[in-house]
Amino acid sequence: MMRRLARTLLELTLAVWISVVVLAALLTLSGYNASDALLALWRGAFGSWAVIASGTLVRATPLLFAGLAVAIAFRAGILNVGAEGQLIVGAAAATAVAVALPPSFGLFGVALALLAGVVFGGAWAAIAAVLRVRFGVLEVISTIMLNFIAMHATGFLVRGPLQEPSRIFPQSALIDQALRLPRLMPGTRLHAGVALAVITALALAWFLRATASGFRLRMTGANPDAARTAGLINVSRVTLSAFVVSGALAGLGGAVEVTGVTYALYENLSPGYGYTAIAVALLARLNPASAIGAAVVFGALQAGASAMQRDAQVPAVMVTVVEACVILVLLASEWVGDRAMVGRFLNRGGTPNALNASPDSPVRPT
Amino acid sequence: MATTVVLSSGTDWTVTVAAPRLVLHAIKRHYGPVIALDGAELSVRVGEVHALLGENGAGKSTLTKIAFGLERPDSGTMLIDGAQVTFRSPRDAMLRGIGMVQQHFALVGAMTVTENVMLGAHGNLNARATQDQIRRISDESGLPIDPKALVNELSVGAQQRLEIIKALARETRMLILDEPTAVLAPQEIDDLLSWTRRFANAGGTVVLIAHKLREVLSVADRVTVLRRGTTVLTADAASVTEAVLAEAMLGAAAVAMPETESTRIRAIYRAPVISLLNASASDEQGVLRLASTNLTAYASEILGVAAVEGSGQRELLRIMSGRLRPTQGTVQLPAQVGFVPEDRHRDAVILDATITENVALRGAGERRGIMSWSALQQTTTELMRARDVRGDDASAAMRTLSGGNQQKLVIGRELAMSPAALVVESPTRGLDIRATAEVHEALRRARDAGTAVVVYSTDLDEVLMLADRVIVVTAGQVREVPNERDVVGRAMLEAAT
Repeated sequence: MMRRLARTLLELTLAVWISVVVLAALLTLSGYNASDALLALWRGAFGSWAVIASGTLVRATPLLFAGLAVAIAFRAGILNVGAEGQLIVGAAAATAVAVALPPSFGLFGVALALLAGVVFGGAWAAIAAVLRVRFGVLEVISTIMLNFIAMHATGFLVRGPLQEPSRIFPQSALIDQALRLPRLMPGTRLHAGVALAVITALALAWFLRATASGFRLRMTGANPDAARTAGLINVSRVTLSAFVVSGALAGLGGAVEVTGVTYALYENLSPGYGYTAIAVALLARLNPASAIGAAVVFGALQAGASAMQRDAQVPAVMVTVVEACVILVLLASEWVGDRAMVGRFLNRGGTPNALNASPDSPVRPT
Repeated sequence: MATTVVLSSGTDWTVTVAAPRLVLHAIKRHYGPVIALDGAELSVRVGEVHALLGENGAGKSTLTKIAFGLERPDSGTMLIDGAQVTFRSPRDAMLRGIGMVQQHFALVGAMTVTENVMLGAHGNLNARATQDQIRRISDESGLPIDPKALVNELSVGAQQRLEIIKALARETRMLILDEPTAVLAPQEIDDLLSWTRRFANAGGTVVLIAHKLREVLSVADRVTVLRRGTTVLTADAASVTEAVLAEAMLGAAAVAMPETESTRIRAIYRAPVISLLNASASDEQGVLRLASTNLTAYASEILGVAAVEGSGQRELLRIMSGRLRPTQGTVQLPAQVGFVPEDRHRDAVILDATITENVALRGAGERRGIMSWSALQQTTTELMRARDVRGDDASAAMRTLSGGNQQKLVIGRELAMSPAALVVESPTRGLDIRATAEVHEALRRARDAGTAVVVYSTDLDEVLMLADRVIVVTAGQVREVPNERDVVGRAMLEAAT
């Protein structure tokens, strides 16, 4: 047990370091001063308490929600790559509620806005979930497509029904002060959503480990045939609910982002949180509690990237190299291969078909 | 092969002498320690339907795979039209005019019939020409097919016709059919068999692997029987009876059976545990797999199920274990039925999960609330001790256990809640002798403890050795027979009447 933990830690450290080395090499090759750039990145992420609170942790929050969404789906054998779209839909729904409510609703109004994010994020995922369970549509494709729809639907909303009163800017009205998530640290942007994300992560970890539903979800993800035959588990129902919960988590992330950080809905609200979330989930080994750490790592990278651009004039997109490297290194390590999802995805091969002759004639030498 | 015989009068007469098209001589092939073929012989003549018979594992598939270039023999020679050949791949075989339709069709479901025929063809591909070719072959052979249909939308029988047409399009003169009737409905079987007859009469050659003796005798010219990798009989079909073939396949020597003691127990207490009333089951294609079955499994007995593959026994067992709902009729099941499926790694265990989680999997669909893992861990440790499962502690991955230990754990798990019934499929597949004996012992002990145990196995000897009562499933029909090897064997091979 300890040895496995040590190995995992070693692998994760290695993944991050390899990525940083690749980034340094790339910076040098592009003619930047790598040490200056990396120093700026570090300062921008961990340079002071204020930076940690306002930058890293605030950035980590939507990544954590979306990362949890991806992790829970992958654990159930669902390749939900639509956290981005579910997050955007959640943000839009929360904004619609928050700008419609009178300020007197206060914290209760905030809760309603977050609930709207949960419901609509879940509903957005439910589309792909039903398509998969009923018709065998690959969720990788349907969720990616739904991401684009969510993105452009937001573009429509901020120019149409949700546009701010002056009708000049493509964004929604500002959410009233009273309907925003409360700040945790005076003088910083650290909001209560951070705490909510951490609590959600710990609750999910507990859910997977300790509850019967969590057990069913894990077993269904690991081997749906055995779950059905030996466990008498209703695999379709587990898949459907895990998918919806996944979308709800991403939607909550979006709702927290608008009520805690941006206070308004606009296009490109998410700089690809839902995609970075895949890296977060993989770095966390699909473990919700570890996702807290993984989200902080990527939150720091994103916060640091802005500082790097400002102080060392290095384009912030350079940092996405690190994200990609982390994914590749982790995919390369066999551990991910062991964890059902990749192998299962390859084996699932779409819908069952009649070509495999009769169910009664497995291949065997006669 | 046509031999020209010159008569003294000077007139040329072409007389068709039944010359061998394919000869397989002294073929040996082993898979690891398992000897699949041990000096098998097969000689197939031009213009005949040649049936290849044998029990499961007798080596039929291996021998035909060698003839089609899918497998290479360890030793032995192969002659085509008198010339020695070595096949490196099915391509070599196809170039020699040999085709094969395997049990699992090699078709692309999302493509049309025409496209499937074009697959693997060479040179200039012309859909229109291929379509015409398919229509022509279809007319000539009397195998109806729509060239434009999507393969996914074809019935199993039509897919099989497509496989044959594919072979004919490549100018196949000798066609190997591996258990073609197993997937077909009765009418389709008749159509297929009469086609093989016409094909042979027109100068083609058919090698037919089959299980059902009546079918075989109705169409074949000659018969070869394999037993344990060796050819034990080659004869004209007209000269043999079903009884002779069954004896050749199963062996004449009466197999010594360990005495079963349970008849005694059963006489004392016969409480019905599982009852099927007019239960029927159809598969996704709507083909009837199990027809209106009445069957009762009693407490304290081992009910042995004997059947050749595809007779409906799988549906029967899944109905009896509550894993499949019959399409018609009623089933009475106890609250708890243990089930040990044949494909352990797919259906019974989760290799990446821990041993404890695999034990907890039983009844997972019904669990509520919080999992008490420490209690489950303890139960699992006790179960492992009780069932003599050798492995690390209960928190190790299932994958770390050997196959025999996995199976002992599965049986232990299924029996843990003392179910009134236990349904078991090929319980010792892939296990060594020691593990096999332990599994058999576990099943007998369950029976003696009052459980109704239902056992099906692809190994007939295993069924007969364990069973107190034997039922035979043929073509979806169930009937009880005496537990005697030759009686059961013959009943299995008969077409249902």
